Amino acid sequence: MIMGGTIVGAEIFLYGCKPGTPPLSDIEFTPENLAFLDEVGETILPETPSSPGAKAAKIGEFMKVMVTDCYKKDDQNAFLEGIVALNDLAKSKFDEGFIAVSEEDKKTFLESLDQEAKDYDKAREKDKPKHYFTMMKELTLWGYFSSEVGATQALRYVETPGRWEACIPYNEGDKAWAI
Amino acid sequence: MADNEFDAIVIGSGISGGWAAKELCEKGLKVIMLERGMNVEHIKDYHNALKAPWDFPHRGRRTQKMIEDYPVLKRDYPLSEKNLEWWASDIDSPYTEIKRFDWFRGYQVGGRSLLWGKQSYRLSDLDFEANAKEGVAVDWPIRYKEIAPWYDYVEKFAGISGSKEGLPQLPDGQFLPAMDMTCVEKDVSSKIKQNFDGKRNMIIGRAAHVTGPLDGRSQCQYRNKCSLGCPFGGYFSTQSSTLPAAKATGNLTLRPYSIVTQILYDKDKKRAIGVEVLDAETNQTYEYKAKIVFLNASTINSAWILMNSATDVWPEGLGSSSGELGHNLMDHHLGVGAGGKVEGYEDKYYYGRRPNGIYIPRYRNFFGDKRDYIRGFGYQGGASREGWSKNVAEFSIGAEFKEALTEPGHWTMGIGGFGEILPYHENKVTLDKSKTDKWGLNVVAIDCELKENELSMRKDMLNDAIEMLEAAGVKDVHGHDGDGTPGRGIHEMGTARMGKDPKTSVLNKWNQVWDAPNVFVTDGSFMTSAGCQNPSLTYMAFTARAADHAINELNKRNI
Repeated sequence: MIMGGTIVGAEIFLYGCKPGTPPLSDIEFTPENLAFLDEVGETILPETPSSPGAKAAKIGEFMKVMVTDCYKKDDQNAFLEGIVALNDLAKSKFDEGFIAVSEEDKKTFLESLDQEAKDYDKAREKDKPKHYFTMMKELTLWGYFSSEVGATQALRYVETPGRWEACIPYNEGDKAWAI
Repeated sequence: MADNEFDAIVIGSGISGGWAAKELCEKGLKVIMLERGMNVEHIKDYHNALKAPWDFPHRGRRTQKMIEDYPVLKRDYPLSEKNLEWWASDIDSPYTEIKRFDWFRGYQVGGRSLLWGKQSYRLSDLDFEANAKEGVAVDWPIRYKEIAPWYDYVEKFAGISGSKEGLPQLPDGQFLPAMDMTCVEKDVSSKIKQNFDGKRNMIIGRAAHVTGPLDGRSQCQYRNKCSLGCPFGGYFSTQSSTLPAAKATGNLTLRPYSIVTQILYDKDKKRAIGVEVLDAETNQTYEYKAKIVFLNASTINSAWILMNSATDVWPEGLGSSSGELGHNLMDHHLGVGAGGKVEGYEDKYYYGRRPNGIYIPRYRNFFGDKRDYIRGFGYQGGASREGWSKNVAEFSIGAEFKEALTEPGHWTMGIGGFGEILPYHENKVTLDKSKTDKWGLNVVAIDCELKENELSMRKDMLNDAIEMLEAAGVKDVHGHDGDGTPGRGIHEMGTARMGKDPKTSVLNKWNQVWDAPNVFVTDGSFMTSAGCQNPSLTYMAFTARAADHAINELNKRNI
């Protein structure tokens, strides 16, 4: 066993990621955090045959802007700590960080985390931050469907409709209006 | 003429100020319109009007910095990154709340005409006669018959879309084509009519949008981004409507950044002779002279200007001899209503974004109905289909979840009440000389609250909303009674009421200050009672009528 191999192995163990990648931060939005949030967002709203996924809407970057500018301090902390907590939870389940987990496992993992978040929020005291996954999911939905790809490809957006038709046929499969 | 002399001064450039300027300019007067805030040029200064939702860094949401900077505006919907520059700074222009009053102000050319809800309804004699019949406050000095032609006049120019309904409590007007109701709204409307013996009606909102040919204006494009400024001029604003008309005469001078600090009064002539202006940018003081002054600074600020004027004659200010200046502050109380889910109509949808909803005109306390409170309320609301924010029970994440969110959900229907607030002498604004604003000027103190009549009315507003929606077959109906804090209606009225007697009112029936007949106050402050209808159309009508009277009086050399 060569020394280098041991070091690399230790890094994988520590960070659950490819060699040389710094760990996720629980105090700021690092490029690694953004990549991680892109993966979480893409698992919630993945690319499908009809439209791109949340990653194409730069969902990690959107979450950073919203959490940094619009969240209260408590919520910011809960969100950032949640990134690490989510990854740790993945590691304890799959022996590797969230990004490295298979897509199928990501989905079942986040489904169970979603249920956990719902239960947590039901019991939560009102002035306490929401479960971190609730925040991530809310931001993913809001950020995606108000993004250009979300509004124009997953939904329908017409900048200037030009007319109002109050009652027209709706055909199964027609997309909803973005706004 | 010296360059500070004009025939008329108009203080304020919002809905009523714009009308005053247009009418006076068109009658040949040289007019200066003074606006305390910045200029906003039609189209050119609508910086966000053509932005898509994703062009806004926070997609319209408020940041913590905005919440910190706008301690009043944050209390309700107006605080948004999309049009923040059009709401006055709470820090620069503080006021004192003796009781909580949410005062949302627009300090720029166009004022709140850029931001208003555009709902436009006539008052009727049910409103004009109410004070006299019930012994409340003082009688309105006019009746519907006198103002009706002026409603006709302003509607034809402003462009009001609506339907003729023949309802006595909500007179029909000169309408452009009505916008259609959605299929669900039509269904709910007919069921309300059936279930309440035709006494309750749900009609399409009457709104200041161009829906048919109107000189010099473009039609509404159904973008529903009105509060960002309309680059098509599809709705009535000072910029789209009255200002171009005033400018076209060549008689208008518009001066932004001009805070009027007082109306100058000549006690020998018993007339106003002009105004004093503080330049908001340079802090320099200027005087402008004119034969007449139209005061349109918005209800609370108009009272503030009057209170700071002619104090050497009347310590409480110009128009205070009646003891009513600043008193009888009113708004409409809202934040109460109901909503629910509509089953069916899953094969129906709509195209476009209608900047309008439905209206349920007042039905309480007339034609035999008698409640334990007086006056009444109307509702506004609408039906639409849920979008991506709908609830998906089957999936929580993933491809199926996403696909489910991309299709429209159930129809929902909601209504919210707009209730009349009575004119109470003790609901008032006064000067707070212990506090100053950014320019070192004293500020107003607002002391206003809902009383028993309004609180009692709110119970009906809640119960009736639930009852009507349930009767119309709406499911899972939830009532809500949130915040009835005065101010939230953004319909401040009454601080310089008109009346028949100078001892009990500030203005006569022509909106002239009794103590200075060449001063006309035609914003919401003249309202003797509030009705429950959105009031801007009434300000327009009274302004046009007052301007006509002013010209007649000038010609007769009475003022």
